[in-house]
Amino acid sequence: MTSTPMSRESSMNLLELQGVTVSFDGFLALNDLNLQLAPGELRAVIGPNGAGKTTFLDVITGKVKPTRGDVVFRGRSIVGRSEHHISRLGIGRKFQTPRVYQNLSPRRNLELAVRGPHGPAALLFGSLSSEQRDRVQHLLSVVGLERQAQQPAGGLSHGQKQWLEIAMLVAQDPELLLVDEPVAGLTDEETSRTADLLKQLAGDHTVLVIEHDMEFIRDLQAPVTVLHEGHVLCEGSMDQVQNDPRVIEVYLGSETQEDAA
Amino acid sequence: MADLLSSRNLRRWLPWVLIVLAALVLPVILPPFRLNLLGRFLSLGIVALGVDLIWGYTGMLSLGQGIFFALGGYALAMYLQLNELKPGELPEFFSLYGVKSLPAFWQPFNSPLFTLIAIWVIPALVAGVLGYLVFRNRIKGVYFSILTQAALLVFFNFFNGQQKLINGTNGLKTSTARIFGELIGSDAMQRNLFWLTVVITVAAYLLCRWLTHGRFGDALIAIRDDEPRLRFTGYNPTAYKTVVFAVAGALAGISGALYTVQSGIVSPQYMAVPFSIEMVIWVAVGGRGTLIGALLGAVLINYAKSLVSEALPETWLFIQGGLFLLVVLALPDGLVGWWRQGGPGRLIAMVGWPPRTATYPALDLDPQVGAEQDQLERRGGGQG
Repeated sequence: MTSTPMSRESSMNLLELQGVTVSFDGFLALNDLNLQLAPGELRAVIGPNGAGKTTFLDVITGKVKPTRGDVVFRGRSIVGRSEHHISRLGIGRKFQTPRVYQNLSPRRNLELAVRGPHGPAALLFGSLSSEQRDRVQHLLSVVGLERQAQQPAGGLSHGQKQWLEIAMLVAQDPELLLVDEPVAGLTDEETSRTADLLKQLAGDHTVLVIEHDMEFIRDLQAPVTVLHEGHVLCEGSMDQVQNDPRVIEVYLGSETQEDAA
Repeated sequence: MADLLSSRNLRRWLPWVLIVLAALVLPVILPPFRLNLLGRFLSLGIVALGVDLIWGYTGMLSLGQGIFFALGGYALAMYLQLNELKPGELPEFFSLYGVKSLPAFWQPFNSPLFTLIAIWVIPALVAGVLGYLVFRNRIKGVYFSILTQAALLVFFNFFNGQQKLINGTNGLKTSTARIFGELIGSDAMQRNLFWLTVVITVAAYLLCRWLTHGRFGDALIAIRDDEPRLRFTGYNPTAYKTVVFAVAGALAGISGALYTVQSGIVSPQYMAVPFSIEMVIWVAVGGRGTLIGALLGAVLINYAKSLVSEALPETWLFIQGGLFLLVVLALPDGLVGWWRQGGPGRLIAMVGWPPRTATYPALDLDPQVGAEQDQLERRGGGQG
């Protein structure tokens, strides 16, 4: 975690985006994007609205096919594979707005997410192993939803849904976690707890966080990649990035838009 | 003994006791005509269970269940047409069109075993193949509904036009056919068919319960709530939807076969567009996403339909439309959903009796009380 991505060999990268371009009817959402993630790394990605952050996750998770370029996960190209395939390879995703199954209880949400076979036959004829059950119970207590475990998740508060979705991601136990704005709409205390949780996860997992909240990213103490107009503008520590004149120009701006963006 | 009569045991056994009692008593107290109607409506409950699976649970509105319903009916009717014919004889209607030999696809229906399997396997296969092609291309929502309705029209026109193959628009009569030497239309036979329908309805209900109470059912609800999310969790919704659509097709086939022998005929009218839409209305009125709601909706609406049509023909369509509007506007979860959400209590409250609250709200919010409640539930509850 402490090492910057530059100090690792490129052959060891868990994820590599090679010259990825995505064109929506001529509009370039991503433009020749190159990015490497080393195993166990925690990385933050920032960028102004419209920089292509969400498209960038869509490309990795198979929702959007790149017009040009390649996405390599563990040495194999994953371009053209369907979403569930890529997920089974070990890439998990948390969405910008909390997306939980509203009509299922938190426990059942987690039971669906927990790592294991996901085919219809497995769900019909198999049952959860005691390990999986323990994992669900453990995660429920980690995110403090034990008392709400049996009520429909649609009734949870925004913060609880955010946490439930993060817990679902952890239950899935992917090698690479893609986390889109995990602290949007959370209180300060919840935000710092989320930062701690993500730091804990890094090391065993590789975590990529997209966020607008600068304090939160400073909390993470992670290397930062700045996206602008579908392109990597610069990479480095938070201090380096914040003092980079190009970043100041496009993102932090002359109008001190630190948190507003 | 006290334990046997505890409210939990009572709630578990009472419905079954009532079902058995009803199945034994109704044939005695109801005139044959009413009993036959009840049997028919119960068998429509089976197709409604299938509609509930794909629409209520999985969120895909199929307007083409009539295809599978009719396929099941035709499979059984073809067997009955051939049954007890002398060697070399053909079902009567063939002579009208100058057909001299039995079409090849009729041949397997000489076998009762093949027929029993075909009744549900053929609709399931048709649904599975159609479903797979549609779901693989991620067609959903209103496009799925339109596609299923278009498929329904294709099947309707085909069956309606093929006089030389399956008697076209006239359909196949079963009431005058015989099985085990007994006329299908006879009162004794109809009573047996009623019992058979009760047994199969219960079995279909249990099958659907098994499908929906568990992680498989959770996955179906997850598809309805947020299908892309499920994909990113490593599930392939296409597989789930195909399985569910095939199961719903099989249920429709069984339902169609039972309905055919109790109403005495199968015809392309079973594939008429309004009939398939009615199936959706039964589930909507009963309560989608609840299995008992689908059954209740099918039986109650059809009974109401026959009673109203006897008294005031011509008005039924207006009543049915009004019911649908009422459900969409006022009871989005149907009758069963309304009941479960305390609807009757609210209705009484509107008239003047305020409902009694179980406890003070402040007590519910007290964390100490909550913790004690948890403890008690854990001690007494076991698996919920």
